[in-house]
Order: sequence, then structure tokens, then C-alpha cells
Amino acid sequence: MKTMKLMGTAVLAFALATGPLLAQVTAIGAGEGEVDIVAWPGYLERGESDKTFDWITKFETDTGCKVMAKIANTSDEMVTLMNQGGFDLVTASGDASLRLVAGKKVQPINIDLIPSWSKLDDRLKNGAWHTVGGVHYGVPYQWGPNVLMYNTTVFKDPPKSWSVVFEPQNLPDGKPNAGRVQAYDGPIYIADAALFLMAHKPDLKITNPYELNPAQYAAALDLLRGQRKLVGRYWHDATVQTDDFKNEGVVAATSWPYQVNLLLGEKFPIASTIPDEGATGWADTTMMATTAAHPNCAYKWIEHTLSSNLQSDLSVWFGSVPVVPAACSDKSGQQTADGCKANGADTFDKIHFWTTPVADCDQGTGACVPYHQWVSDYMAVVGGQ
Amino acid sequence: MTSAVIPARGLADRLTTLFWRHPKLLLLLLIIPPLVWLGVIYLGSLAALLLQSFFSIDDFSGLLVPTFTLKTYAELLSPANFAVIARTVLMATAVTIASTVLAFPIAYFAARYARGRWKAAFYLGIMLPLWSSYLVKVYAWKLILAKEGIVTWAATATHTDWLLNAALSLPYVGGNSLSTSFLGTFVVFCYVWLPYMILPMQASLERVPTSMLEASADLGATARQTFWTVTLPLALPGVIAGSIFTFSLTLGDYIIPQIIGTSAAFIGMSVYQLQGTAGNIPLAAAFAVVPILIMLAYLTLAKRAGAFDAL
Repeated sequence: MKTMKLMGTAVLAFALATGPLLAQVTAIGAGEGEVDIVAWPGYLERGESDKTFDWITKFETDTGCKVMAKIANTSDEMVTLMNQGGFDLVTASGDASLRLVAGKKVQPINIDLIPSWSKLDDRLKNGAWHTVGGVHYGVPYQWGPNVLMYNTTVFKDPPKSWSVVFEPQNLPDGKPNAGRVQAYDGPIYIADAALFLMAHKPDLKITNPYELNPAQYAAALDLLRGQRKLVGRYWHDATVQTDDFKNEGVVAATSWPYQVNLLLGEKFPIASTIPDEGATGWADTTMMATTAAHPNCAYKWIEHTLSSNLQSDLSVWFGSVPVVPAACSDKSGQQTADGCKANGADTFDKIHFWTTPVADCDQGTGACVPYHQWVSDYMAVVGGQ
Repeated sequence: MTSAVIPARGLADRLTTLFWRHPKLLLLLLIIPPLVWLGVIYLGSLAALLLQSFFSIDDFSGLLVPTFTLKTYAELLSPANFAVIARTVLMATAVTIASTVLAFPIAYFAARYARGRWKAAFYLGIMLPLWSSYLVKVYAWKLILAKEGIVTWAATATHTDWLLNAALSLPYVGGNSLSTSFLGTFVVFCYVWLPYMILPMQASLERVPTSMLEASADLGATARQTFWTVTLPLALPGVIAGSIFTFSLTLGDYIIPQIIGTSAAFIGMSVYQLQGTAGNIPLAAAFAVVPILIMLAYLTLAKRAGAFDAL
């Protein structure tokens, strides 16, 4: 019987490797000895950066699957790597995952083969950034909000609105905000502007900041053009941003809990908040390549991501939130309930997760502005056009 | 009686004979590897790039449409993209002019007056910055130019901060601090590319014969006349060679404007973002063609000015 199963898997693996087949794995056989993963920096730690952060070694001894990591720094690098092939898994963010699904580079995941699926946060199980037409193309890995980071010597009370970074005004210390706020240097930031408009310009009828028709889109760009006059420099590198808060006099900006923790670690007067409008956020998903050469090890790894110390330790290491809520308090790793809260665990309902804007949206086929246009227009906005 | 036996000839021997009889064959064999390198790998990839720029992106799906079109080039002339090109060319021009002005006295001193230890010290001074990582230098400059950095501090300490503020309040080139303005980008570009201007300039100044300067003086020319009519024309090829470096390097750089400046895109940054973030390879390719065209025009002009006569 076991041989039958094995043969079945082998045949399936072969079929998966040869044709763009939309079938999914039906049983997990013996491991193939390795698994190749494309991941964000900091996502795969084996105790080499810091001895206390290791969620790979035990997996390797238990399953005999050697983890081969390929680090990618941007979503686009990930898409490119997956298009080239040769990898089993990728930790894709929402602005890459749908592109991978559309390009048929990732295969559906059979959730029956992942016992810990039930431990997942219910709110993430059917996320639009990995579930297409009711089919799961991945398993959530980790998530986090894009918070409003602010200097506490300037803001005695947390800012209640994103307007401090979008509209010209005097900050609580009496000085104007021009030159003292920052915005994110990525086209996806247009969604942050849309989110702000969603609350303040109801007549635009924005319901989803990632699905914008031309009129809504134009309004968001207008807001961003106004913001350009307030922003000295846009950030896309975490260290550059923390440096700008320290040396450039920046006092408020959209940011990640990672930078907040970094600056808090240096005893800098900093705090973060999710303003009333809510915030955008990222949610990463482990996805499996259509041509995965090691499907058994890949499934074993996916189960491992949910069932081991990974969720807990990774959320401490990266400043993110576990997708398994229990990992915050079950002492499987170093995370604590307070730590989860600091990383934004309570903010889930206020978060609109990054998804790739596509032309065919809920408003109709071809009704929304697609991502590649976001890219060129955002470049123009940053260029002062 | 036995006749003389010619020993059997080895392969190497026969090859030598072959090459001796057909010298062109040897030449061909020797030149094929570099030709393949230059022709296939170098020019081939350039041609592939050029080809991409004649394709376009489907507006709905964002997928590449591999049919010939000039749409992408038309897009290049849209106000936003044209501004990127204009900004980059202006910056490259400004950096080249400033580097020339800065480098000339240094190169002149090195070529005419520095001797022995001074010369060694000079070479070390010019080359030393080139040995350290480019990224380290750029990040260091980010800190130097920051609002709370050493430049602002020094200006405040010497009560010259009005000068700094006046510079920063200039329209377009100014900004919140040196590190977030075009002025800062310009300073760092000048710093990073200056050695590439000094070295060819110094080489050409060294080739100007002293006898000519003496003859010029003997014939009654003033120092200024000698400079404009003898030294500069003779050193011009070096100046142009240096300017080719500073101009083309600034034209293509995408790291410095990312770290220092207002985040406004330069050609290199646009290419980087378009091919990566947007997956818009055709427009990225079209952008990449721009510096090639500009440099071709520049080199043609430089050739007319005699910059390559000394080669």
C-alpha cells in the first residue's frame, strides 16, 4: 500500500513537472532529501544570525529534508525567480501572490494534507491574496500592518488620522509638517492614499483601495501629488528610514513594526499607531511551485511552518504577527501576548492587505487601473509631475 | 645505401608549418574568441535589449506583446518620462562641468609641479577613494549631508547657516536638507566621479611639452593667453576623455539618486523600477536606449573635437 502511495506521488510529481497541471498533491510520501525555498531576508533562520533563532535545524533532523534557502529582497525578484523555476516554495507577499497564480507558476495546495491548517487564524484562511475561486494556492506564513510611526517628543498623543502625512498642516509642536514626514517609495502606496480617501471623500465610493476605477485613481494621485510637496525623501529601505528619523528630522511616516522595534531598541522616542482610517498591511503566503521537484518535503515544510516554534520565534525576529494565534501565548517560541500586541496583532480588522491591482475587478472587467500603470504613475508623482 | 630518413613529424610540428604557410589562419584562430565575446555576448545582448524596446505591454493584462510597435517610444516622450530624461541629462551636464572645473587645477598641479613623494601622495589621494566600496561612500555622504549631520553643524557653528539655508531654499534644486535635495545628489555625484576626470586630464597635461609653453612666453604671450591658446587646446583630448566618463557614469547611475536626493527618478532608477517592479520590460529597454543614443551623439562630437587623435 505504501509503495502504491509512493508510486502515485512519483507519477504525480512527474506530471506536475512536465505539464501545467492544475491538480494538487493527494498524499504525502517519503521526503526527497531537500526543499528549495525562496524567502524574504530573515524568514529562514537556522541559528546562524543568532543562536536563539532557529526554526530549521530540527525540521531537517526530523524529516531528512535539507532546507535550501534563496533570499529575495523584493516581490518582483521573487516573481522572477519563480518564473525561472527550480524552486519548490516561495514566501510571497500579496503584491506577488496573485501574479504567480495568474502566471500559473504555483499550484493549488491540498489543505487536507496539512493537519495544522485548523490552527490557522480563521480570518486568514480564505485571504483573497492566496485563494482564487475557492482554491487555496498557498498557506499563510506571517503578517503585519503598515503602521504610522511617530516621534513622541512631537506627538504627545498618537495622531488620529493619516492626514498628518497627507495634508499640509502644523504638527502639535507648532511647526509645519513639510519636510518632516515620509511616504513609502513603492507604487503600492497609492492604496494608502485611496484608503485615506475612502474615509474622507465618501462620494468617490472607494470600497477597496486596491480596486480603483480611473476617477478614484485620479483622486488618489492628486492627494499624492500634494503629499510630494511635504515629503523630502521617500523610503523603501528600513535602515534608511530609521536613519532619517534619527538624522533628518522626520517625525511621522508610514512604517513597519520592524523599524519601530529597531528605534525603540535604541531608546529613541518613538511609537506607532493605526489611525482611524485603518491601514494597509502585508500578509505573506507559502506557495508551492507548479514544477516543484520536492513536493513531499514541501508539504512537510508547510506543516512545519504552522506546527513548530517557527511562528512564535519568527514573529519576534521579524516584528510580524503569527498566522497561528496560539503561537503568541503557547510558549512554542519566544513570543508573548504583549509582543504580539506590539507587532499589531489586534489591528487585523483595520487592515487592508496588499493585493496586486488588476484591471478585471469587482467593478467590472477592465474597470480598474492595473498595477503596471500604478508603477509608472507613482514614479511620475515622486518625480514631481 | 640508405637514403636519409626524415623523422616523422608530430602534430605540433605540422600545425606550426600550417600556420607558417597561412599566417592569416593563425590570426583568425586567435581573434575568434574575443570576436565571439564582443559580437555575441556583448553586442548580442544589446541587440536583444533594443528589440525589446520595440515591443509593448498590453494595458489590460500587463503582459508583453511581442509585435513590432513604436508605442513604447511614444510613451517615452510623455511629460513624466521626458522629465526623467531631462533631469538626468541636466544632472550629468552639471556634474561634468563642475568636475572639469574642480579637476583642472588638481590635474595641472599633479602634472606640472608634483615631484617624487608629492606625486606618490597625489596618486594615493586620487586613487584611495576608488578602493573603498562605492556604497560605503554614498551612505557616508548621506550622514554627512543629513539635516542633523556635520555640514549643518559646521555651518551653524561658523554662523554660515544663512548660506546653507539660502542654497536650500533655491527652487527645484533646494529641499529640506542637503541629503534630500538635488544639490546633495549633485555634490555626491561630483565626489564619486571626480577621479575619473582627474586621471585622463593629468595624463594629457603631462604630454603638453614645456618647450611650447616657453616658446609662447618668449613670443610675448601673457599667462592667460598661453593657457587659452596653448595649454587648453593641447589638453582638450584629456578633458573630453574625462568628461565622457563623468557624463556617462552619471547618466547611468541608479544608486546615488536612490539614497541621496528627493527620490525623483533618474534614467537608471526608471530602468530598475520598470523592469523589476512593473515588469514593463519594453519601456525599461526604451529608457536604456536613451543613454546609448546620447552617448553616441556625445562621442561623435568628441571625435570631431579630436579627443581620440591621441589614441
